[in-house]
Amino acid sequence: MPEAGKVVSMHDAVADLVRDGDTVAIEGFTHLICFAAGHEIIRQRKRDLTLCRLTPDVIYDQMIGAGVARKLVFSWLGNPGVGSLHAIRRRVERADPEPLEIEEYSHFGMVCRYVAGASRLPFFPIRSYYESDLPKANPRIVPIRSPYGDETVYAVPPLNPDVAIVHAQRADASGDAQIWGLLGCQKEAAFAADRVIVVCEDLVDESAIRADPNRTVIPGLIVDAVVVQPKACHPSYAQGYYDRDNRFYLDWDAIARDAQLLDAWLKEWVFDLQTHADYVQKLGAERWGALVPGEAWSEPVNYGRYE
Amino acid sequence: MAEYTAGEMMIVASARQLAGERVCFVGVGPPNIACNLAKRTIAPHLELVYESGVFGSAPARLPLSIGDPTLVTGSLQVTNMFDLFAFYLQAGLIDVGFLAASQIDRYGNINTTVIGDYARPKVRLPGSGGACEMAINCKKVFVIMPQSKRSFVEHIDFTTSPGHLSGTRPAGWGAGPTVVVTELGVYGFDGRTGEMELASLHAGVTLDEARDNTGWSLRVADDLSETPPPTEVELRLIREELDPEGAYTR
Repeated sequence: MPEAGKVVSMHDAVADLVRDGDTVAIEGFTHLICFAAGHEIIRQRKRDLTLCRLTPDVIYDQMIGAGVARKLVFSWLGNPGVGSLHAIRRRVERADPEPLEIEEYSHFGMVCRYVAGASRLPFFPIRSYYESDLPKANPRIVPIRSPYGDETVYAVPPLNPDVAIVHAQRADASGDAQIWGLLGCQKEAAFAADRVIVVCEDLVDESAIRADPNRTVIPGLIVDAVVVQPKACHPSYAQGYYDRDNRFYLDWDAIARDAQLLDAWLKEWVFDLQTHADYVQKLGAERWGALVPGEAWSEPVNYGRYE
Repeated sequence: MAEYTAGEMMIVASARQLAGERVCFVGVGPPNIACNLAKRTIAPHLELVYESGVFGSAPARLPLSIGDPTLVTGSLQVTNMFDLFAFYLQAGLIDVGFLAASQIDRYGNINTTVIGDYARPKVRLPGSGGACEMAINCKKVFVIMPQSKRSFVEHIDFTTSPGHLSGTRPAGWGAGPTVVVTELGVYGFDGRTGEMELASLHAGVTLDEARDNTGWSLRVADDLSETPPPTEVELRLIREELDPEGAYTR
C-alpha cells in the first residue's frame, strides 16, 4: 500500500481547506465533476462562497440551492442535454430566496482567466467579444490595443481561486494525478489556485505514476490534500470507470423546479448521509451496474531505459 | 414517399449543407445528429470537433452532451480546452460551426443570454458557452433553431454572438452565418446587404407561414425552391442509428 502522504477524508479536506467566503472552483467539463466534494461543502454548511466553473452544471445548482454561495462566475448556465438549472434561475430572475451575484464570460474567456491566473499574468488577450453585449454586461472584459500593431483584442482578468477541487482517475499519496478522457481546464484551474484538493478513483503507488508521466495532469507539488473517493463524480462520469447517469440529470429538472422538492432531496441525499460511500450504497448496485462501460484499452508505449 | 417529421426535415436539410466541408465544430442536439448524418452520407471526410476538447470524434452512440465519453473513445485527439479554442478555433482551422439561437435578427445576430433586461431578466438563458468566439472565428456559421415571431425578431434583447451586425462584418472575421435552418425552411444571407433571405421552403410549408413566423419583413430569394424531402437512406440512418429514441426528431 502507498504511504499515507497527503491522504485525508473528504470531511477533513473540506473542513481544513474550504473556508466561508472563499472563491472555489470545482472544475471538470462534463467529465470528472466531483459531486462528492460539492455535497460535503453543503453538508458542512459553508457560506458566502464565490463559485467558479465554465458550466455550473447540476452540482452548482445543488450547492446554490442549498445556500452556500453568494456569487457565481461562469460561461454556460444549463443542465447539459436537458435544459435549465432552476435553483440558480430562481435566484437570478426573482432573487428567490435571495439575490445571486453573477460574473459572466464565454468558455474561451473563462479558460484564459485560469491560464492568466496559473501564469500569474495580469490579463490574457483573446479574439472574442467583438460587437457582443458581453463586455457591456461584464465591465471586466476590456478591449485593448496590441502593442505591436493596430489590432484590438479583448482582455480577461486572471482567476485565482482560493481552492480548486479536481477529480482524477488515479493519484499517488503526494497528489500526482493522472487523468484521461476530457481534460477540460482542470490543470489550469489547479495551477491558478492557492489550495488544491485532488480526489481520485484509485490511489496508486508513485511508481505507477512514474511509469506513465505523460498522463500526469496535476503534480503533487501544488496539491494540499488527496481524497480517495471512488464514484465521487456521480451523476457525471469518469472515463473508463462509469458513464454519466443521464436519468439523474433528467430527474433533476423536476426536483430543482420546486424549492420544497429540492430541500427534500438535499435532506435525503446529503444531510441525512454521513459520507459519499453512504450515497453510493443508497444508489444501489443495480443502478450502478448499468453505468459501467465495456473495455477499450490503449496500446502501451515504450518510454525506453536511458541508464 | 416516406412520411417524416419536421424535426427530421431540419436535420436532413442541415446535414446536406455540410457537403464538401472538412472540419466542423459540433453542438449538442440537432447539430450533432446533422453532423453525424453528413459524415455517413455526403461528407465522409468530415472531422467532428467538440468544444470539450475532442478532434476527429467517432461517436458510437448519440452523445447525450458535448462532453459525452463516447466522443473520446476512438477519436483522433483529446486536448485541453485552451488548445481547442486557441489552436483550432481562434487560429482558423474550423470550417463550419453550428450555433443554436433563442433569438435571431435579420442580420443573423444571435441571443442566447437573456429574454428581457440583463440585470433583471424575464428568462435567464444559458449564455455564450463557446458561441461568441465561434461566431467570430469559424469560417462559416450554420444556425439550427425553431422559428416563430418570438425567435425571429426585429430586435434581439442581447447580442451574445455577432452575425452580420447591421449588414457587414469587419475584416479578419470568418464569414459569419451563411445558413439558418428551421422547421419551415432554409435561409441564406444576401452577400451585399448581409440580410437573411428565404432560400427554400420545406414541402407542405407555404410562403405565408414563413412570413407569419418572422418578426420583420422577410426577403425571399428570386429562385425560391422547395427543400428536397429526406431520402429513404437519410431517414433510415436517423431512425436506426443516430436518434433511435426520437429525442430530437419526433
